[in-house]
Amino acid sequence: MSIARRKARTGERVIINALFVCAVLSVAVTVGIVAVLLADTVQFFRHSGLVEFLTGTVWAPGQGAGEDGRYGVLPLLNGTLMIGVGSIVVGLPLGLLTAIYLSEYANPRVRGVLKPTLEVLAGIPTVIVGYFALQFITPSLLRPIFGDERVFIFNAAAGSIAVGLMILPIIASISEDAMRAVPSSLREAAFALGASRRQVSLRVVVPAALSGISASVILAFSRAVGETMAVTIAAGNSPKMTWNYFESIQTLTASIAQTVQGEVAAGTVRYDALFALGMTLFLMTLTMNLVSAAIVRRFRQVYS
Amino acid sequence: MTAASADALAPSRLRRGATRTGAKILLDTAFSVLLFVGTIVGVIALATLIWTILDNGWERLVADPLGFLTSYVSRLPARAGIKAALVGSAWLMALTALFSFPIGVGAAIYLEEFAPRNRVTNFVEANIANLAGVPSVVYGLLGLGIFARFLRMGPSLLAGALTLAVMSLPVIIVAARESVRAVPDGIRLGAYALGATRWQTVRRQVLPAAMPGTLTGTILALSRAIGETAPLLVIGLPIVIFTLPNDLRDPVSALPLLIFDWTSRPQPAFAAAAAAASIILLALLLAMNAVAIFLRNRFTIRW
Amino acid sequence: MTRRTRRGWLLGLTLAIALVATACGGDDDAGGGTGAGTALSGRIVIDGSSTVAPITEAIAEEFRKEQAGVNVTVGTSGTGGGFTKFCNGETDISDASRAIENDEKQACAAKGIKYQEFRVGLDGLAVVTSSKNQFLDTLTFKQLAAIFKDGGATTWNQVDPSFPNEKIAIFAPDTESGTYDFFNEKVLGDPDDGGLKPRSDYTASSDDNTLVQGIEGQANSWGYFGFAYYQNNQEGLKDIKVAEKGTQGIQPTTETITSGDYPLSRPLFIYVKEDSLKQPEVGQFVKFYLEQTPQLIADVGYVAAPQDDYTQGLAKLQPFLASS
Repeated sequence: MSIARRKARTGERVIINALFVCAVLSVAVTVGIVAVLLADTVQFFRHSGLVEFLTGTVWAPGQGAGEDGRYGVLPLLNGTLMIGVGSIVVGLPLGLLTAIYLSEYANPRVRGVLKPTLEVLAGIPTVIVGYFALQFITPSLLRPIFGDERVFIFNAAAGSIAVGLMILPIIASISEDAMRAVPSSLREAAFALGASRRQVSLRVVVPAALSGISASVILAFSRAVGETMAVTIAAGNSPKMTWNYFESIQTLTASIAQTVQGEVAAGTVRYDALFALGMTLFLMTLTMNLVSAAIVRRFRQVYS
Repeated sequence: MTAASADALAPSRLRRGATRTGAKILLDTAFSVLLFVGTIVGVIALATLIWTILDNGWERLVADPLGFLTSYVSRLPARAGIKAALVGSAWLMALTALFSFPIGVGAAIYLEEFAPRNRVTNFVEANIANLAGVPSVVYGLLGLGIFARFLRMGPSLLAGALTLAVMSLPVIIVAARESVRAVPDGIRLGAYALGATRWQTVRRQVLPAAMPGTLTGTILALSRAIGETAPLLVIGLPIVIFTLPNDLRDPVSALPLLIFDWTSRPQPAFAAAAAAASIILLALLLAMNAVAIFLRNRFTIRW
Repeated sequence: MTRRTRRGWLLGLTLAIALVATACGGDDDAGGGTGAGTALSGRIVIDGSSTVAPITEAIAEEFRKEQAGVNVTVGTSGTGGGFTKFCNGETDISDASRAIENDEKQACAAKGIKYQEFRVGLDGLAVVTSSKNQFLDTLTFKQLAAIFKDGGATTWNQVDPSFPNEKIAIFAPDTESGTYDFFNEKVLGDPDDGGLKPRSDYTASSDDNTLVQGIEGQANSWGYFGFAYYQNNQEGLKDIKVAEKGTQGIQPTTETITSGDYPLSRPLFIYVKEDSLKQPEVGQFVKFYLEQTPQLIADVGYVAAPQDDYTQGLAKLQPFLASS
């Protein structure tokens, strides 16, 4: 942008530096998180093997200090992925459909009411959503449809629906903003060529807004993987390897939260396990985000 | 463009020509129905959720609304109130917004407008998206380790607000970046052509144009922060406190903490009290959202 | 900016300042005096177990009526989290649903934190099934172990041949819960001493209220949790008598728990920093705690410890009160 390479006024230099600091702060946060997690993670792995951690299929810390507990992370990883995938299955279609509706079909008054309404969904305390899943979704929705016997009182499906509802507003609202920002000239051109609203939405607007949409999905998935309370309450706390969504599972986050608030003495293997879990989660989402960012960059369209 | 003017151009209002085959009409209608259903599901879910909360908590709330709002906690559910928690939550929200909004927007602007396109920037971007996935519990550990202990703030309003602000940053930054990115380059080029510097362009053209999307992200982020339990629990904010904060370093309680505590008590009356507290929390949330939405509407520029 | 926007900012700023001013004018009691007379002031920071917190809350609530100048705050970071903060010098009193462990004792010693332990109550553990259940009345410790051990019974007739061949639906606290730890230690034995390992294939929850719901729903269910949760849900639940030795089962009631006849009850503690006891308000608060808990504890669903515990506690406290 050679036109803009004007000598910034000195006041502006200061501002730009301040903005730089803001951006760098995010890196500082990451460093902080790693710093807080690292020491006790290392301490945990001194006691418990890394190989067993990464490949073991049983998570059973046992009693007391947990010295002879089994610390295989796979069941918890399994649980986390089940909730992550399940919630995207619920939240993505609903969120996208809502976004398209609000952006392309709804009149301004309807949009003015619906959009804020859905944003309230993002603000419901996670504890409440969890209890809603436990006391409403499971008994009044899942059990009547799938049978009392098949559906456990705590199950991953209810957890997925709960988290899906929580991420719906993220996908819907951010995608809708992205779609609204697509220049109307593109739409008008398509209409002029005889396209219907459906065709304009799906073939013109969505592709043009793909950057925003994919950013919202990545954000939503991250949020789903990091959700703690709602999943603990709705899906229970039973770590196991399963793909049956009607069973109770435990996620990485639930295990961390339970240990932190629990009765376990700090400094024991059982307690330090939570730091190892936190580190695992952190590295997992980092890899996920680096990969998806690379993919998105390749497919981003630029309209000038 | 508004949906109204798009309507005028949509072919259904124009001539019926070869472009309107039967199959296409069917698909179009089916799609419209699908969209409506998809949107309605979210609304219904929200309505059901709010209805269950109201059902459980309304009686407790209307039995003694003033008492509920102005009493401190008690071991007896009939006497227990949310005064400290309500004020605590309100303060936490105000401060969290104050800290996270400027930093989030600043970071977004820098990354979009001023940062060079290189590996470092890409890493910072991926890093920010990653922070959105860190569980709230881990933010609690961060807050405890760094704000409460290392910086010696203790379990205070300041430590709590900073922790929640840090937790809110990723969503604000991502949303703000997307809105800044969506501002047409033509606007920027026009400004430069008129002799504006980069910062002037950003401040007067890009930022106002990007404000609606930025505010959306802020609403989503702060809404989540107001309802989070785990980070505040880990930092050590009290559930029992009989004073209101006078100072940033004073301890505060928060509504989600109280709700969480009350739902775990055996007495059924506490479950009702927790639901009543949830109603108040939702009201607080709506008030906060209303302010942000008002701002968002004021700043929306239609191209 | 335009004049209109400038006015808008001014208005907003004024509103913000007004909000700050009103909220800051809260009813925080400054309280004067340095212990002269009966009016005390100061802050007491308490954190720890969320099980014990309701007792501390009740005491703080009543204490405030006598000493409004003392600010008591109670957090619920968990017994472990509480001890970490306590042994770091961050809190004056730590609520605990178990005795302090060796790791924690060492941490306190390392920082030079000396403390006093006080027993303040008993949390009975009720073993329950659904009120729909017809055949359960008493279970021995051996049978409890047979149910909850790793590789334990899956159907009721494996526990006792006279029971039907029905699947046991187990609902119990999760592995991070103190109740879980306590039950295992009592029923399965000390892990370092030939004890059995607990099973991991049961429906676990951190919230006792949801365990209640799960157990109520099925006739062949089994589980355990705090006595208060049974007391508050007696229509849907049936308590099971427990026999530690022999076959004569004891029913969990306030009396049997206090007397110690009922074998499954865990003691609740508070740990007080000796340095903090130098402050008169802390000493008075702990004294109040030990004196009033027997009266108030039923309100929060626990059971009073034997009166001796409180008397001995007060005796232990006395030297600190005299010197403050």
